[in-house]
Order: sequence, then structure tokens, then C-alpha cells
Amino acid sequence: MKIGVVTFPGSLDDVDARRAVELAGGEAVALWHGDADLKGVDAVILPGGFSYGDYLRCGAIARFAPVMGEVVAAADGGMPVLGICNGFQILCESHLLPGALIRNDHRTFVCRDQVLQVENSSTAWTNGYETGQQITVPLKNGEGGFVADAATIAMLEAEGRVVVRYVDVNPNGSLNGIAGITNERGNVVGLMPHPEHAVEDLCGPGTDGLAFFSSAITALGASA
Amino acid sequence: MARVIVDVMPKPEILDPQGKAVHGALPRLGFTGVSDVRQGKRFELEIAVLDGDAIAEVHRIAETLLSNPVIEDYTVRVDA
Repeated sequence: MKIGVVTFPGSLDDVDARRAVELAGGEAVALWHGDADLKGVDAVILPGGFSYGDYLRCGAIARFAPVMGEVVAAADGGMPVLGICNGFQILCESHLLPGALIRNDHRTFVCRDQVLQVENSSTAWTNGYETGQQITVPLKNGEGGFVADAATIAMLEAEGRVVVRYVDVNPNGSLNGIAGITNERGNVVGLMPHPEHAVEDLCGPGTDGLAFFSSAITALGASA
Repeated sequence: MARVIVDVMPKPEILDPQGKAVHGALPRLGFTGVSDVRQGKRFELEIAVLDGDAIAEVHRIAETLLSNPVIEDYTVRVDA
């Protein structure tokens, strides 16, 4: 299974995301923001970082990168797409996911090993987890507060579209402690924490993040 | 040449941590009469030919790129 990872100017975690894909048993393909070409991949990851310097709003300029037209079309066609941190912000700016990410309510950058509860284990990126399972992955962001209007939050909760939720602490002021969400179809997932930094015992808090990537490979295998 | 101003502000119901930080600094400087601060962005667009189409285009620019309608409101005005 070929999983593409897009590199934007200012992406930081693209190499880690590609490494996570390989460790999960997939073939990682480097994609470039300036090329309107997905190189035949089966799924796409938008990695963390500070695309275009986070100028204007996080993800606001990346949304209009040539590659994003292809990503949006593929996502609409059902291709699994995962946005991590800055990638989540880009997915919201692209309207592939509802809501927006604003500056942390405590106004400081947060960097910690964060416990999450998996609330939806039926998406293309979380089918390798059990619903209710708690996992620990790194979280690092300055603008990770998930917000949306009350109707959208209620809809996300009612439809089971909250994918992961913060446990014990709300590290950035996200409404309802929402750490990640999915679209109606379950193929597009965005989250602020970084599962790609928790894929090897040597570094990071463990390997709890690996199943995000193996889940996509499972989902692609099932649909092939 | 005309200058068109687009002001972008966080929606009233959206938390504005930057405005809060500025507000929190005021009493430390001895300014005590300010009850709240909201921080937004101001864009100045230089337009060669200012007509109805140009203004409509600025609105499209404001709603697609300059602001995120989920969290922000914008206003468009021509600089006098």
C-alpha cells in the first residue's frame, strides 16, 4: 500500500510520518506541495509543522497549494486522508473537516506525552484500536484549540465523529476535549496529537501511535 | 489607484487569547479603564480600477483567504 506524505514549505514531521508508514508495513511516498500529482498513492498524510510559516492563519495558505486540489478531490472520492497537527489545521481550512483550530487558551505552547481516548474505532485511520482504548502519544502545538459552533459540536458528538478525546487534562482549550475528528464517511481524520512520534520503543512514549498507520493499510486492504 | 481596507475580527463567541493577553498587560502599565480587548487583522489592498466588480472581488478574497468564516468576521471599506 502506497501512502503519500505531503511536504509543504515549513513542514517538520513529514520524515517521521514517512518512517511511521514504513514501520507499519506500508510504502511511503514523498509528495510535494507544488505538484498537483498524488503519484498513484492509496492514501495521503498531511504532516505537522508550520506550513508557510503559519502566516495569515495556520493552514490557510497551504490549503491553496497545488497538491491540495488533488487531495480534496481524492478525499471526496473516499481516499483515506490523515491530517496531523498542522495537517489537521489544513483539513479544517480546506473544509474537508468542520471547525477550526485557534491559539491555545492558556496562550503558551504545549509539549507533552498526552493520554487520549479513542472514541471512534471505525475510521480508516483508527480501525486498529478498540473504542474506549486509551493511548499515549506526544502533543505539541501553539494553536490546537478545537472550536466550532454549538450545532457543529453537537452534530460531531451525536454522529460519533469525535475520533480521539483528551484524557485527564484539556491541554489547549479544545471544546469538549476534542483532540481529533472525522468526516461523515470516516476516510478523512484530523487530530492535533502526533501518533507518528509514538511508533518505536527507542524514542517517544511507546508505540501507541503505530495503529493509525496500520489501520489505513487494513482499510485499504479491505477495499482493494 | 484606490485602497480598500479589509478588517478581520474573531467572532464574538470565539475565545481571543491574544486580545486577553493584551488586556492583561494594561493594568500592569497603569491603564485601568479598559474592560476588554479583541485583536484582529487589517489588510490594505491596492486596487487599480475601483468599481463594483472590484469590490465584489475583494469580498470573495476576504471570505476565501483573508478570513476563516468559522471563527472570524470581516468588513470591507474603501479608504477615503
